[in-house]
Amino acid sequence: MTDASLAASPHTSPANASANANSVHMTDAARARLRRRYAADRRFRRVGLAAVLFGVSALGFLLFTILSNGFTAFRQTELRLDIVFSRDIIATDGKTDSRAIRAADWARLVRESLQAKFPDARDRRGSRLVEALVSPGAQGQLMDMVLADPSLIGQTRTVWVLAASDIDMIVKGHADRGVAEEARRVNDRQLAWMDALQKDGALRLAFNTRFLTGADSRYPELVGIWGGILGSLYTLAITLALAFPLGVMAAIYLEEFAPKNRFTDLIEVNINNLAAVPSIVFGLLGLAVFLNAFGMPRSAPLVGGCVLALMSLPIIIIAARAALRAVPPSIREAALGLGASRLQMVLHHVLPLAMPGILTGTILSMAHALGETAPLLMIGMVAFIVDIPSGPLDAATVLPVQIFMWADSPERGFVEKTSAAILVLLIFLLGMNAVAIWLRKRFERRW
Amino acid sequence: MTPSLTFALLCVLAAGGYALGRAASMKAAGAAGRIARLHSLPGYYGLYVALWCALPALAVFAATTLFKGGIAMSMVTAALPAEFRALPADQFSLVVSDIRNLAAGTVASSPRPEIAAAAARYASLKSIFDACIAALALAVAVAGLAYARGKVSATFRARNKVERVLTIMLIVASTLAILTTIGIVASLVFESARFFARIPPLDFLFGLTWSPQTAIRADQVGASGAFGAVPLFVGTLVIAAIAMIVAVPTGLMSAVYMAEYATPRFRAIAKPVLEILAGIPTVVYGFFAALTIAPMIQDAGQAVGLDVAAQSALAAGVVMGVMIIPFVSSLSDDVITAVPQAMRDGSYALGATRAETAWLVLLPAALPGIAASVILAFSRALGETMIVVMAAGLAANLTVNPLSAVTTVTVHIAALLVGDQEFDSPKTLSAFALGLVLFVVTLTLNIVGLRIVKAYREQYD
Repeated sequence: MTDASLAASPHTSPANASANANSVHMTDAARARLRRRYAADRRFRRVGLAAVLFGVSALGFLLFTILSNGFTAFRQTELRLDIVFSRDIIATDGKTDSRAIRAADWARLVRESLQAKFPDARDRRGSRLVEALVSPGAQGQLMDMVLADPSLIGQTRTVWVLAASDIDMIVKGHADRGVAEEARRVNDRQLAWMDALQKDGALRLAFNTRFLTGADSRYPELVGIWGGILGSLYTLAITLALAFPLGVMAAIYLEEFAPKNRFTDLIEVNINNLAAVPSIVFGLLGLAVFLNAFGMPRSAPLVGGCVLALMSLPIIIIAARAALRAVPPSIREAALGLGASRLQMVLHHVLPLAMPGILTGTILSMAHALGETAPLLMIGMVAFIVDIPSGPLDAATVLPVQIFMWADSPERGFVEKTSAAILVLLIFLLGMNAVAIWLRKRFERRW
Repeated sequence: MTPSLTFALLCVLAAGGYALGRAASMKAAGAAGRIARLHSLPGYYGLYVALWCALPALAVFAATTLFKGGIAMSMVTAALPAEFRALPADQFSLVVSDIRNLAAGTVASSPRPEIAAAAARYASLKSIFDACIAALALAVAVAGLAYARGKVSATFRARNKVERVLTIMLIVASTLAILTTIGIVASLVFESARFFARIPPLDFLFGLTWSPQTAIRADQVGASGAFGAVPLFVGTLVIAAIAMIVAVPTGLMSAVYMAEYATPRFRAIAKPVLEILAGIPTVVYGFFAALTIAPMIQDAGQAVGLDVAAQSALAAGVVMGVMIIPFVSSLSDDVITAVPQAMRDGSYALGATRAETAWLVLLPAALPGIAASVILAFSRALGETMIVVMAAGLAANLTVNPLSAVTTVTVHIAALLVGDQEFDSPKTLSAFALGLVLFVVTLTLNIVGLRIVKAYREQYD
């Protein structure tokens, strides 16, 4: 609608239809203009919708990739072997104490059982190939069986042992067996053995408890995330224990007691800026201050927790202040009117009423801390740790760092495990967010 | 006596102090338990005693624990044979860490006898110190307890005292934010100063080659190491720019759509879904970029005959852009919905379509807020680490071609500091100089962004 058209049509009465039809708005040029403008509006609307859908589909694509790569990790291929716990191999000189058992050639035990099944694998190359069907973890498994029950020596048992990761990948369809032999990690002979096992029913996909209860390993079929989860839990516990009380205290002071002056302004500016400082800078702080100046142990959840606490402190303070501010002044006035001191007013009345909001903010900041990786790399939590940490001072790694390390590993098997670990991490995050939303819904109060 | 046991004992003592103080006040109130005769509620007397018991003792405990390792180590190293003490600083620090590791039992190698002896001495000194600290802290705790218990009487103003202490604690807690900032600035400036003592700041800021490999021998090739950070700065800007090219139009358009077109139902579903993007850990994005997006872009490039690096800036930038969409969209959404309804109504009354209203009325009115959200998102993109660490690689190429491999400031901070480092080489210290640059730039952007947000909010409230 241009100025010219406005000037040309002063006050056309809506009742006067014929005048309307002849008005400048109804000329062909004006109609075309209107059509163009409406088309532009529809285009704009579609672009907006496309933008939203782009974001949503990016999320969907990401989740789909992770899910399709990861869900198979919860089951692992196992092979059924008839293991002869031969006296010749385990108790070579007749001794069956645990030392001798540990020193036995367990790889040979596995190999011979496979060669008994596949006589064509008796040559030098064949014995190496056939051994590669089975995970190195099988040796430990057999050793543990005998250690638990030495009377097994000399007997034959049917045992399900873990298959090697390359076999596992083919069984699950992550590795393509159709490509040329040179491009495959499993060659044709091994494939033939594998198919024979499958035909016998000596090959199954079993639930992978090791993945949920174990720690890191060099072999993708042997890794577990429990070490990382426990490290994350210790770290988060430290973070929560430090950041929650300090954050709430700071929020109480700033919201309820602080005079309005330069100093409190400075604190406020500081808090807002700290909330936006890149997380890796907190890692540098932790390295320079906690490790180098204070001499705290490297790789320990204690230090990780301290760093993450400093990082989540501003977020908790901001959330807690918002929650405190939402409590109406009448509550405060009533408490003061009945003779409570200011601190009693806050601790007995305002704080309990603000608590759901504070907890919601705290849980969200903890979820954020749970997914944080970069600052923990700086303080040495990126380490190959095969033991499950037993306390916040042990060297440990956390779930996101574990994901980072596995993602760096070249073996195809690690892609699956990484994706599965991400799934577990996302489930934790989803759970925390669900609790936060539930808290908000359950205790939300409109004053 | 381990430190944690001492700490637990202190906590038990403080709890005992609480019970004691409470009981004492009840006694002072008289046989009938007439609490009204007391100045404060009994709990405050208990808290008073507990605070006197715990706070001084904890202060002593914390201060001594902080210094015990250093003192023990200097005593041990002073007793080492002269040949060790004559070692240059970097090798000496290796000896020190050997002793520390041996004493902690974390290494099982067979060390030299002097070192083993020193480690044993260090361990025994430490346990002696621990016992001394425990005795000292517990003595202070008991003394504080006795003192405070003696003060308890019916007229004693326990509540006022306790509340004063609590208020001070509140103030201390709120200054922690300032202390953190000071800690960040101090550690960055201090370590950077050591770096700039060796590498001139101008070489660092304007040098065009980055290869921080310092050689072990002086006559080795490339012994000097090059610390010109321009390739890193350019790489950071390239990736952040790609991220912004993805995030700003998408975020802005979805904010406009959500605010002006979407039905409440669509909004109620789509907005939280988009915000999930901000809640996904960055390491997941990094994995996604390296595993899925980078090969996709490489294949697409090959299909049209382009040479795309395996770790192209484009892959990292696009994924980072997806991550940033919710930052742009939710902040922009806030400012667009904050534009007064009267302005919309005025525009519609003049016959403007919704698109025209959005373009010509809402966006100009919301521009400062949108600018702020873009600035904050940009600062976020500059500081993002995991995506680029996993998807952008380490090659410090000075190029603006989004299809080639570039690297960023954060990647090199992480790469330089992961694993064991010695703290005297310019290589390690350069990470802090990079960190300082990153901190200063993001801080400036944040201050500008937050200022604009604040100024803008005041305009319409």
